[in-house]
Amino acid sequence: MTSPNDRNDDGGVPVPTTPAGASSTAPAEYPPAAPAGRGMFGNQGTGDVSGYGGLVRQRKPIEEATRPYGSYFDEVRDALEEAYPQFGDAIEKVVVDRGELTLHVRPERIAEVCQVMRDDLSLRFELCSSVSGVDYLGADERRLHVVYQLTSMTYRRTVRLEAAVSAEDPHLPSVTAVYPTADWQEREAYDMFGIVFDGHPNLTRILMPDDWEGHPQRKDYPLGGVPVEYKGAEIPPPDRRRSYQ
Amino acid sequence: MTTSNYATERETTEGKVFTVTGGDWDQVVSGTDPINDERIVVNMGPQHPSTHGVLRLILELEGETVREARSVVGYLHTGIEKNLEYRNWVQGSTFVTRMDYLSPIFNETAYALAVEKLLGVTDEVTERATTIRVLMMELNRISSHLVWLATTGMELGAINMMLYGFREREYILDIFETITGLRMNHAYVRPGGVAQDVPDDAIRKIRDFLTLMPKKLKEYENLLSGQPIWIERTTNVAVLDVTACLALGVTGPVLRSAGLAWDLRKTMPYCGYETYEFDVPTHTDGDVWGRYLVRLAEIRESLKLVEQALDRLKPGPVMVSDKKIAWPAQLAIGVDGMGNSLEHVAKIMGQSMESLIHHFKLVTEGFRVPPGQVYVGIESPRGELGVHAVSDGGTRPYRVHYREPSFVNLQALPAMAEGGLIADVIAGGASLDPVMGGCDR
Repeated sequence: MTSPNDRNDDGGVPVPTTPAGASSTAPAEYPPAAPAGRGMFGNQGTGDVSGYGGLVRQRKPIEEATRPYGSYFDEVRDALEEAYPQFGDAIEKVVVDRGELTLHVRPERIAEVCQVMRDDLSLRFELCSSVSGVDYLGADERRLHVVYQLTSMTYRRTVRLEAAVSAEDPHLPSVTAVYPTADWQEREAYDMFGIVFDGHPNLTRILMPDDWEGHPQRKDYPLGGVPVEYKGAEIPPPDRRRSYQ
Repeated sequence: MTTSNYATERETTEGKVFTVTGGDWDQVVSGTDPINDERIVVNMGPQHPSTHGVLRLILELEGETVREARSVVGYLHTGIEKNLEYRNWVQGSTFVTRMDYLSPIFNETAYALAVEKLLGVTDEVTERATTIRVLMMELNRISSHLVWLATTGMELGAINMMLYGFREREYILDIFETITGLRMNHAYVRPGGVAQDVPDDAIRKIRDFLTLMPKKLKEYENLLSGQPIWIERTTNVAVLDVTACLALGVTGPVLRSAGLAWDLRKTMPYCGYETYEFDVPTHTDGDVWGRYLVRLAEIRESLKLVEQALDRLKPGPVMVSDKKIAWPAQLAIGVDGMGNSLEHVAKIMGQSMESLIHHFKLVTEGFRVPPGQVYVGIESPRGELGVHAVSDGGTRPYRVHYREPSFVNLQALPAMAEGGLIADVIAGGASLDPVMGGCDR
């Protein structure tokens, strides 16, 4: 009998394992998608499957959109292609999902693309609304994604640029020269995810203390909770507590 | 050693006066040029009454002129974004409401809109729920602007304004308490709708407020608009033109005070704002005075919106009908406070096992959200409040990022302050209306 801790590493495909101590046919645990999205409970091996939904999480890979995209998305793509000769080299993927356009940009090209997006008369994305990081641990080799939300006030359009870097080499050019407003937001992404924006005037921590170690919003950052003692029993820290998910 | 080496004394009508001399102080004093050389670094905050919470400013002063200003934030960082990743989607409402504590309804609504967009149920949100959201948001905008008037008045020496602003805000908080059960941190707007319906009592209170507030606004104008000190302290102070605003990402009343009528309620409407009748007040000077006028006018526009929303409030459900998403219980006030209504408890405990299971699953696990990412921006009292939400298909947010207008706007403070007087740092900083709970999250 396989222990529920044994994971089938066959390309991350969830394969049911024999539940330990459970009489139902429900699988005790699926391989976790990511530590933060760890399937059932933190306390592994007891065979306690109460509260476990037994539902398989379906991970659809992000699909490249096909023409026509609809809405203003085709216009934006065509305008960028015309204004930016290196388009084919810089844009890795075009995704249209839930009525939003995402251009996946090669990280080293991000500042150039932003420059064109801002300056070209048929694009005119004057405002960089938001810069944020996302850590796709386990799903993507280049796991750290930087997401830029650009707004065109002239045409009342929004577009999302996304650049992915690896945790080993988390470098990409800063867009502060194009959008000064990205200054603090890039500092936040550095602080929380350890993404290094080359050319940023002052890339220091902004929300965490200056002497903080690690980057807290990375998915493999330990939560560091302490067990709580209550009436003689010990309750584990939040990330190792049993939870319904 | 005699005392005369250090201090000579002479008799005056006021008593003995000592003149302190001696030591090497003459050399020390003559070694500096008090006019040109003296640049001092002043650390303002993080605990300072006019830095709006725990904001720290480091000012390099030449006399009274600010030569360099740097702001330091992060003192109120509470890790809300990280915390969200360990709670289910509905529980997120209780976290985000605590970010910008002066505009909790906006935080909740932006979050709810993002989750609904991820779920693909945006069109299924009932009309009554949307109208209630608009109603609550506009009341919240008024209360937030009132706090701005109050604190800015206090910081520029109009203490009365502080009292009046907080006094009138109390009416709105009272309305909020009647509707949501809490004065702040409501967690009222939930993914799929709102937590519970608006009681009739609250409608009456809002109507009363609508008749009261215009009179109060006139009082504020009588108090401030013609007052020489207020005018002197605000006119041509902390000027930021449209170019600077756009480069620094400043939105909201500050951008509109510079002349660009950019208001997401008009330009990229959500929650049916395109069907309401209201104006976007602007000003052209881009100074603190302009921001004052814009915010006053916005309170008037919000009153118009509240009135229209009240008129539209037709009976109906306040949650989406999808039982896989909607909170299973209607909440009601019981003897021990807000909780599941007695009918619901009777049903799940006595009549329907399936209802109990359903309730249990939805409350403990929560609903699943299809994988993907969305960005939703709404117009908060401080500017564009954006939510970037990512789902991995689970019952918890994979990542939620708040584009906080306080955080982004504060970057403009050095641009406003450098070259001006130190007193104008206060006026300029206040005119940005930063809320550190939102800025640091």
